[in-house]
Amino acid sequence: MSPSWFQNLLPSIRPDNKKKMMPEGVWDKCAKCGAVLYKAEVERNLDVCPKCDHHLRIGARKRLHYFLDKDSMQEIAKDLSPVDQLKFKDSKKYKDRIVAAQKVTEEKDALIAMEGKVCNLSVVAVAFEFGFMGGSMGSVVGEKFIRAVNICLDKHIPLVCFSASGGARMQEALFSLMQMAKTSAGLACLRENRIPFISVLTDPTMGGVSASLAMLGDINIAEPDALIGFAGPKVIEQTVREKLPKGFQRSEFLLEHGAIDLIIDRRNMREKIANILSILTHQDDYQR
Amino acid sequence: MSPDFLDFEQPIAELEAKIGELRHMETDTSLNLSEEIVRLQEKSHELRVEIFSQLTPWQVSRLARHPKRPYSLDYIERIFTDFEELHGDRCYADDAPIIGGIARLEGQSVMVIGHQKGRDTRENIHRNFAMPRPEGYRKALRLMHLAERFNIPVITFIDTPGAYPGVGAEERGQSEAIARNLLEMTRLKVPILCTVIGEGGSGGALAIGVGDRVMMLQYSTYSVISPEGCATILWKSADKAEDAAEAMGLTSDRLLELGLIDEIITEPVGAAHRNYDEMASRIKKALVDNLFHLQKFNTDDLLTQRYQRLMEYGHFTES
Repeated sequence: MSPSWFQNLLPSIRPDNKKKMMPEGVWDKCAKCGAVLYKAEVERNLDVCPKCDHHLRIGARKRLHYFLDKDSMQEIAKDLSPVDQLKFKDSKKYKDRIVAAQKVTEEKDALIAMEGKVCNLSVVAVAFEFGFMGGSMGSVVGEKFIRAVNICLDKHIPLVCFSASGGARMQEALFSLMQMAKTSAGLACLRENRIPFISVLTDPTMGGVSASLAMLGDINIAEPDALIGFAGPKVIEQTVREKLPKGFQRSEFLLEHGAIDLIIDRRNMREKIANILSILTHQDDYQR
Repeated sequence: MSPDFLDFEQPIAELEAKIGELRHMETDTSLNLSEEIVRLQEKSHELRVEIFSQLTPWQVSRLARHPKRPYSLDYIERIFTDFEELHGDRCYADDAPIIGGIARLEGQSVMVIGHQKGRDTRENIHRNFAMPRPEGYRKALRLMHLAERFNIPVITFIDTPGAYPGVGAEERGQSEAIARNLLEMTRLKVPILCTVIGEGGSGGALAIGVGDRVMMLQYSTYSVISPEGCATILWKSADKAEDAAEAMGLTSDRLLELGLIDEIITEPVGAAHRNYDEMASRIKKALVDNLFHLQKFNTDDLLTQRYQRLMEYGHFTES
């Protein structure tokens, strides 16, 4: 560990997805091993810690830039914005929470969708922005997911989804619950039309997102050591009143219990998914 | 406080106690108090109507979970004939929080699936407080596919606090089990009628709640999370459940207004637990009417309508 006086000198940076909030710092810190890292080096490594291979949380836009071929991207339904239909208010107004989240993330809501290519294969790729209210799924996320599905149906191209979400957005109450049914209905259509859906579960994928679109991949992939589950570990601990087993609800645990097909390192994600898609769709001319 | 009444019903309880006293006095003293009794009974009825016409969402939440509220099996025995319960998911276990089986509704074959709560502690432990594990949802899906194969409509009764948050449930794929049901129910080639009879708790409710018609009993609730859960997360205190219930708009009238459900089945005065038979007959009528309506459509139209309905859920702007 670095001495505290040295830490104090570092710009106030926090790991993962809050990068946009902080001043342009040169240094970053691994959330897992605590190593102080040269930011440019971490980014060259796709935000995987060069010291311990921990996969740092990353924002949706960065995720899609890492995944899709350069200059192939076209954003889908980028103007979809949330409305506070219920005039929901807890300690803060939902309206104010939306504004704050939009300011922090510079996104309109928690899902970004792009049409593009991966190793020259046409796909639609969507990614959750965890920094936007915990990547929670409300009406905009559901609708944008369906717009993405519709493009896949029109053009007969596969869908890839990178999920990172705490679950349903409570401030949209039952509307958010219904997004689980809405997105699942869209995926049923893809299935009937034999269009592949690859679900990539990243840290964390919980609750209503895990219990709908994220678990419905023709192929379910996880990044290493991601927290994935239905109920949160705290809730389970309170219910069963015992310590949870080590590694509970982590990617490796899910692989062992048969819930996912494979775990893929972020640095191999493009090539592996391109390979899988090319096999499923009988194409062998993708760029390895 | 009378245990038969919730706190907001106490004025009714007091009147009822007075009526009871007068009845005793009448038999003990051979005084003729019948006029007075009738007067009080009318007053009690009026009071009940008045109190129940202005319930808060939190009061409705408490009625929805009332320990005397009728549960799925209470309705099944009153609404259907020849019910044959079918068990197990064919993979792991028979999960008691979800029951299902074939039956007849006015002579017509149906598949009935519902959450089941228990009346006492022993029963509740057996029923896991109506919190299903993955095998419960998989049993439900197996029965839905069975129904589809033999062209039998599916009727579901929703009454759960939510899916069970346990270690084993996670190990066996709680998320996948719920997700799979959502996907399959959007394409099931028979009519599906869903009725929330008590608590409609989150994904655990929706996993048997995707259908062609979604109905709610007047004093049932349907929400993305329990008021206590919502309060814990957003207010950082379960004591704020009342505020959370208010904010979420989980009552039948509010959800109908928002277009999230199709129909409210009104309850007898004083709520469903005051008159099981009456409540059951109202549900039966709603089921028969809706089924008759849905059976006019061919499968393609039925599925298209179901899909379009799901696509309409949500509010957003695009500018």
